[in-house]
Amino acid sequence: MCFLDDLIVNCSSPNDAQMRKLIVVSLLVVLVYLYSCTGNTVPGTDDTERISYNFQVRPIFSDKCFKCHGPDANKRQAGLRLDIESEAYKALKEHPRSHALVPGDPDQSELFIRVSSKDTGLQMPPLNSHLPSLTATEVAIIKKWIRQGAKYEKHWAFVAPVKPAIPKVSNTSWPKNQIDYFVLNEMEKHSFSPNEEADRERLLKRICFDLNGLPSTPEQAQKFLEDKSDNAYEKMVDALLQQPSYGERMALPWLDIARYADSHGYQDDNYRSQWPWRDWVIHAFNNNLSYDKFITWQMAGDLIPNATKEQILATGFNRNHKITEEGGVVDEEYRVEYVVDRTNTMSRGILGITMECAKCHDHKYDPFSQKDYYKMTAFFNSIKEVGLESSVGGPETYAKNPRMEITKEDLQGILKFVNKTDTNKLEVSVMKDRDTARTTYVLTRGNYDQHGDSVEPGTPASILSFPANYPGNRLGLAQWLFNEKNPLTARVFVNRIWQEFFGRGIVKSAADFGMQGDLPTHPALLDWLAVDFRENGWNIKRLVKQIVMSATYRQSAVISKDKLKNDPENIYLSRAPRMRLPAELVKDLVLASSGLLNRTIGGTSVKAYQPKGLWELATSGRGILASYKQDTGQAVYRRGMYTFIKRTVPPPNMMIFDAGSRDQCEVKRSRTNTPLQALIMMNDPAVLEASLALSDQLLKKGNASAANVEEAFRKIICRIPDRKEMGILTEYWNEKQTLFKTDKKSAEKIIAVGQYKPVTKNTAELAALMQVIQVIYNMEEAITKT
Amino acid sequence: MQKELLERALNINRRKFLASLSIGVGSVALGSLLMPDLFGGASDDAGFVPGIPHFAPKAKRVIYLFQNGAPSQLETFDHKPMLCEMMGENLPDSIRQGQRLTGMTSQQKTFPLVGSYYKFNQHGQSGAWVSELFPYMSKIVDDICIVKSMHTEAINHDPALTFFQTGNQQGARPSMGSWVSYGLGSENKNLPAFCVLLSRGKGNGQGVYSKLWSNGFLDSIHQGVQFSSGDNPVLYLQDPDGMDRNARRQMLDKIGELNEMDYKNFGDPEIATKIQQYETAFRMQTAVPDILDVTKESEDIVKLYGSECLVPGTYAANCLLARKLSENGVRFIQLYHQGWDQHGNLPIEMKGQAKDVDQASAALITDLKQRGLLDETLVIWGGEFGRTNYCQGKMTEDKYGRDHHPRCFSIWMAGGGIKPGMVYGETDEFGYNIVQNPVHVHDFQATVLNQLGLDHEKLVYLYQGRRFRLTDVEGKVVRDILS
Repeated sequence: MCFLDDLIVNCSSPNDAQMRKLIVVSLLVVLVYLYSCTGNTVPGTDDTERISYNFQVRPIFSDKCFKCHGPDANKRQAGLRLDIESEAYKALKEHPRSHALVPGDPDQSELFIRVSSKDTGLQMPPLNSHLPSLTATEVAIIKKWIRQGAKYEKHWAFVAPVKPAIPKVSNTSWPKNQIDYFVLNEMEKHSFSPNEEADRERLLKRICFDLNGLPSTPEQAQKFLEDKSDNAYEKMVDALLQQPSYGERMALPWLDIARYADSHGYQDDNYRSQWPWRDWVIHAFNNNLSYDKFITWQMAGDLIPNATKEQILATGFNRNHKITEEGGVVDEEYRVEYVVDRTNTMSRGILGITMECAKCHDHKYDPFSQKDYYKMTAFFNSIKEVGLESSVGGPETYAKNPRMEITKEDLQGILKFVNKTDTNKLEVSVMKDRDTARTTYVLTRGNYDQHGDSVEPGTPASILSFPANYPGNRLGLAQWLFNEKNPLTARVFVNRIWQEFFGRGIVKSAADFGMQGDLPTHPALLDWLAVDFRENGWNIKRLVKQIVMSATYRQSAVISKDKLKNDPENIYLSRAPRMRLPAELVKDLVLASSGLLNRTIGGTSVKAYQPKGLWELATSGRGILASYKQDTGQAVYRRGMYTFIKRTVPPPNMMIFDAGSRDQCEVKRSRTNTPLQALIMMNDPAVLEASLALSDQLLKKGNASAANVEEAFRKIICRIPDRKEMGILTEYWNEKQTLFKTDKKSAEKIIAVGQYKPVTKNTAELAALMQVIQVIYNMEEAITKT
Repeated sequence: MQKELLERALNINRRKFLASLSIGVGSVALGSLLMPDLFGGASDDAGFVPGIPHFAPKAKRVIYLFQNGAPSQLETFDHKPMLCEMMGENLPDSIRQGQRLTGMTSQQKTFPLVGSYYKFNQHGQSGAWVSELFPYMSKIVDDICIVKSMHTEAINHDPALTFFQTGNQQGARPSMGSWVSYGLGSENKNLPAFCVLLSRGKGNGQGVYSKLWSNGFLDSIHQGVQFSSGDNPVLYLQDPDGMDRNARRQMLDKIGELNEMDYKNFGDPEIATKIQQYETAFRMQTAVPDILDVTKESEDIVKLYGSECLVPGTYAANCLLARKLSENGVRFIQLYHQGWDQHGNLPIEMKGQAKDVDQASAALITDLKQRGLLDETLVIWGGEFGRTNYCQGKMTEDKYGRDHHPRCFSIWMAGGGIKPGMVYGETDEFGYNIVQNPVHVHDFQATVLNQLGLDHEKLVYLYQGRRFRLTDVEGKVVRDILS
């Protein structure tokens, strides 16, 4: 039952919500029964258990009470505020002889009376609030909390983390590093035991995708299988961390957060030349730039004394937002929109809070006032920019002021990581403040033209007040982010990195550490990782290595029936997650395994195969992106992350696999499993061409044989097929060979895909093996991290 | 074999669902597409049950004929004879009331009023005024409800369109069709719940964006799927040359066998889902072209919609496809016809645009009616804002332009429990301000959801700690226009 409570607390997606309701329903059944038997016993709340305000009570309040009795002063009902202890203890304004909370006495506490009442006239939350009533468990938790003294605690995420002690575990032989003690401790508490370590081939595929975003090769696998030394795995990890593709893999989620794209994003949505900033991100990860520098440069590189051009280029982060080119817009409306976008991006992506909720009114759940919001915007409000600089036009519109030119000298010197191949002038939008700061106002209801009080740059005191000795600009803001008392920055980053490897963060709502966010499943582990990360110089590669070296990460992904039943979401991490690859990596797998992959790093984005007419149908005809001019030659074989993103018509084969739209900052993609994805794997010319190319390359080496099938399997699935798999595939191969020997016409048609020119002359052989390869690409395991 | 496999997969899901009360994300997505009844008993904490309306619906499906670019209300349904009389006179400040203007006319020194070049006549029992540009739509006025008092907040295309479709000017929210897909699921397991069809006229266009049919923070299964009437009606649907149905079936059987083994080894329900998704994809490959095949339509139908309906990609073809998709259970069909942005040369451009859409729009209503489907299908016709009563740029009698105008514009709605033969709302004699029964975009959205049996305040999705709605924090159902 305790476990179910955890489940309830940890559910948040609608899918989970459906489950949650069922869980609640089943709980109710049990409850009714228990009540009738024992009168008072409530599951999950036996008398000796201490109720935690933060982990048990506050989520209920936040979800069902704060909307009208929380931080938002304008929406507060009956003058009652429940998010602050002293306010909640006060006599009720409308009934001065009553109190919402009487510590120790639930039956005298109006709050308990109201939430447990069946009388719709009395019941809280009231019907017209459209909020669901409290469940029986929730009522019981509140009752017990009041009986135990109704003690409040500060929200966990707003208290700076302290490095906890490493917990004790029974199975001392399992842990490989500190992470494992925290994870195993929770497992043991809930009677789970870890899976075995994954087999070497699957483990290798996992780290290759996680660290480089590319499949392991049969040669790599061979080497790894043969290496009997104790540190074979670590050697492999170290080697992968040194690969340049590490930077590409790490950059990918950052591009979602930074809403990076190749077009301006509104209406005609013309071209923008922001890709050198993307090249910098890859470079920064490969150089293992520490996280504090990584962020400080992006937030305020231009304000660093004697800023280098690299540091200025990094500030392109805050110019990746959409910029309008629609003639006739009101300039100020859009300038304010950009300021708002930067504020929201930093809040969501770096601080993990939903600050944007306080744009129009005080935050309804978290202790951020509307004034706090505009104090944050003040840091971003003095940029030398306008709302509408230019309409759709030539190269002068590809970057907007303030901007920086990248010269030939830069390309040979400090910016040599920028992969520029032409001789055209290249400019990038970057940050630069005006000589005199703009006055920042609270905007009434968030409207750009309704100025309220003026405010100075500042940060919410509930997180950490802005130190008086910091400069009141973006550089000061960066200092504040990395102040060791800042409770969020380190936690949010380690959590997001965790999410990359395990599919869900220790805090599932990776962009919301506030009161409505999910609670951490392993709070001590989160804090330990956060403090450890900070103490070790914000070293990202070290953090990544720490995670992949853990026994937790190395487990097999097999899901036993018991674990599926008792921990379907894998909250206790007693197995490795099995996850479909992100959109870009699906493409990388296809290209790399077929030998077509072009390994060039960075540069202008590429226009690969895309169904005809998509851009043409959705344009007014203005600008160079009005029609889709597909690239040819090696450009179409670039990694998925270099696919050209026109924001208003993003590449469909990426979107169908849940790629970010880059419209706004996105911290977590959804992960769906749909028929349209099946159609892509079956019919996308990119997959067909890769099948052809691989077939051709295998046949080039010698005669057709079952060995070709096996090798194709090893390249795509990253392991040696078992006998049954080989049986199915060779049977199919034989059938196809027989067929195409007589049906040459079909074979000819089959191999007529893409721009690839096969050298194999035997069309029947080529087509037969190609179709076998198509089957392999369509195996679920091919695009899954197992 | 195929059926067995599917059944097994279904059972795995059902069993697992019931046994463990949890399931992978994909499996749930699958559930809503394939088996709307699977989650019928479950419910969100917010009191929302996906797949089940909040109350008895009047409409089961929506066809939204979006006139992209904003057709002028003054040349369509809002008859303002005074503007002809005051031709060339300046718009009085007392009428403009400081209304913000777009950057395209805010620098203009004068705002000369301009009346419609086209004549208006009254039609039908209702006596509704319709401009001579729309002879076919004039004949269906007794089947539709013209709302002359729409107003919006945005004054530019991108934010205004996005506002109409997602309830928010800056986007990143689910589209109306996605909300409906989320709320009601699909009626046809072989088709998406939300389909999109695009066409373009010769008039000044503004483009559309796939973000308009984006699922926002909802699962991508609720994303609008773009259909076209060409060879490849859905992206990636068509098998490559040289692969017939048998060959595809054979290939899928092999894939299925391999995936089954994988499932046995790993026990991951996502694998079972994947097997099933391939089966759905296979069925879609036959079902979709079959549904979209217009060659089986009778001569009468072709005559009704106009012969253009046989030309793929035209508005008329899309109207016919919309009827066919709707008939086959697609919940929400979103058409966009581009080219309605007449900043200049309005009389000529509007004539072309009207010709593109008039007959087919009217035909759709007639067709649905004769099939007995109009009662359960809500049809909407309209753009993203109105146009100014004063001229933008140079003005002659037959050549003038109109800038964007958010304060009033006209749309029409029909079927799905909307009062037929009604004209709702009034604007002043300048056609500038609303004087009676204003309908805000959020009111319109609330009304559309209401007709589908959805309470716009209850159709919520918890994202980043907040319960989001299509209507944000506003919206009132326009009860006056409900039958």
